[in-house]
Amino acid sequence: MSAIAVEPSRGGVSALQRAFARTLLLPVGLAALWGLWEGYRWLGIRGHWTWPFRVNDTNMPHVSTIWHAFGQPLQPDGPPLRHYLWHYSLFTGKEALAGFALGALIGFLLAVVLAHSTVLRRGFLPYIVVSQTVPILAIAPMVVVGLGTKGVNPSVGVAVIAAYLTFFPVAINTLRGLHSPDPRALELMRSYAAGRWKILWRLRVPASLPYVFSALKISATASVIGAIIGETPASLQGGLGYAIVNFNQYYSTQPANLWATIIACALLGIVFFLAVVLLERLVLKRAPEHVA
Amino acid sequence: MKAVSLKGVSKQFNAGVTALDGIDLDVEPGEFVSLIGPSGCGKSTLLRIIGDLTKPTAGTVQVNGKPAERARRDHEYGIVFQDAVLYDWRTVAKNISLPLELLRWNRGRRNARVKEMMELVELTGFESHHPWQLSGGMQQRVSIARALSFSPTLLLMDEPFGALDEMTRERLNTELLRIWQETSSTVVFVTHSIAEAVFLSTRVVVMSARPGRVAGVVDVDLPQPRTSTTREEPRFFELVTQVREGLAAAGAPLGETQEPALVEDLQ
Repeated sequence: MSAIAVEPSRGGVSALQRAFARTLLLPVGLAALWGLWEGYRWLGIRGHWTWPFRVNDTNMPHVSTIWHAFGQPLQPDGPPLRHYLWHYSLFTGKEALAGFALGALIGFLLAVVLAHSTVLRRGFLPYIVVSQTVPILAIAPMVVVGLGTKGVNPSVGVAVIAAYLTFFPVAINTLRGLHSPDPRALELMRSYAAGRWKILWRLRVPASLPYVFSALKISATASVIGAIIGETPASLQGGLGYAIVNFNQYYSTQPANLWATIIACALLGIVFFLAVVLLERLVLKRAPEHVA
Repeated sequence: MKAVSLKGVSKQFNAGVTALDGIDLDVEPGEFVSLIGPSGCGKSTLLRIIGDLTKPTAGTVQVNGKPAERARRDHEYGIVFQDAVLYDWRTVAKNISLPLELLRWNRGRRNARVKEMMELVELTGFESHHPWQLSGGMQQRVSIARALSFSPTLLLMDEPFGALDEMTRERLNTELLRIWQETSSTVVFVTHSIAEAVFLSTRVVVMSARPGRVAGVVDVDLPQPRTSTTREEPRFFELVTQVREGLAAAGAPLGETQEPALVEDLQ
C-alpha cells in the first residue's frame, strides 16, 4: 500500500517561491512594454521613420502622457477621464457579459444537439462555420439598428453581436469535447445499460469541460470585442465603442484620450478572461497535465 | 443454470474477417475461467460478446439463463478493462459509486457500499483522492471495486493486469483470488499470460487464432486458497506446460503470445 499517492513537489521549488516569481512577473512585463514603446518612439523620432507610420507625439504619445490622460477632466471642472471610462466599461461590460452568457449557452446546446446526430452535424456545421466568415462589421449595424427599429433596446442588439462571436468557439470545442471520451469509457457506460442522457451527463459533459473552458477563454475576450463593435454603429452613448468613435474625432488634438480608452478596453477583456480562469480553477478537477 | 452459456457463437467483421468460429462454452456459477490465446484469436471479442458490448454474427449467448442483452440491462455483470477507465473528474469513492448512482441507490446505501468496497480492495483512506494521484495497480483495484460495487454475479475481465509490472501483477492476482472467494462471484478472465491463467483459474480455455476457436480446455486442480508458494509447486509447472503445449498445438508460435492487444482492438 506504499504506492505513490501524492504528487511530489516540482523540483523542490516551494509554492511561496513560485507565487513570488509570479507577482514579480507583472511589473517586469509592464516595464518591458513601456521600454519597447518608448524605445521605438525615441528611435523613430530620431531616425525620422515614416514606415509603417510617422513617429511623432500624435501617433505615439509618451506613456506618461497617456497615463496622465486618465486623470485629466474632459470638460473644464468636469470629472476626470477615468470616471467616464469606468462607467463606459461597466456599460459595455454588462452587454458583453449578457452576450457571453447567451452565446456560451447557445454554443453549448448546439454542440449537444450536433453531437447526437451525424446528419445534423454534416448538414449544419458548414453554415455555422460560414456564420463566422461574415464580417462582423457589416452585420453589427444591421442587427443593432434593425432590432432598434423594432423597439428593442440597442444594448440588447449589442449583446446579440457579442453572443454571435461567443457561440462559435464554444460550439466547436464543446462538440469536440463531447466526443473526447475513450471508447472504453463509453463501453463501461453501456455495460451499466446507461441511456443517452445518462451517458451525456455522467460522461460526455464532464469530459468536455476542459474543452469548454478553452473555448470560454477565447470567447471571453471576443465577447468584449463584439460588444464594442456592436456599439459603434448604433451611436449608442455610454459605452466604450462610443468613446472610441468620439475620441477618434479629436485624435489630432488629444491622442492620449483614445489610447487611454484602448487600455480600458484591454483591461475589460483581461477581467473577462481572468474571470473564466478563476471559474475553471473552481470547477475543473483534472489531472494537472489535462488542464490547459 | 449456467453463469455463461455460449452455443455456436461466431463473429465476422465487416471486412469479412472471421474473428470467432463456432464457440461452444459453458461456465458454471462460481468458476474462474481464463481465455488464453495468441493475438487475433478473438478472446477480447468473445468477452465483449458475453457482455453484449458487441453482437455475435451467429449463435446464442446466455448469461445467468438470460439472453446477453437482457442480462446487460439487468446488470448481471461487472467489467474490468486493461486500462482502469476511471473518470478523472470523480474521486475514488465517486468512481466506485458511479454504477450505484446509475442504479438510483440512495446516498446512504451508496456510501455504505463504497466503504465496504474500499475495504475489499484495501484502499481505505484513499476515498477522496483523484485517479491521477494513484499508481497503476491502485487504479486497477478501484476499477475492480467499481465492477463489483453493485454485486453482479459475473465479473468480466479483459487483460486487467496486462499493463502492470510483474510484481504488482502477482500481488493483484493473489488479491483477486481472495476477492473472488469473498464475493463468491463467477469470473471470465482474458489474458495472454500462461502463468497468470493457471494461477488464477479453475479452468483455462485455450484458443486458436484466425479463425478463433476453442482449441482445448485445461482443468486446473491446484488447491485453494492459492498463495505465492502455489507458483513453486510441481503441479503448477505441469499445468503451465500443458497450457503452453495446448497453445503450440493450436498453432501459436511459442513465445509470441504476448503481442499487444491492440490488433484485436482495431478490428
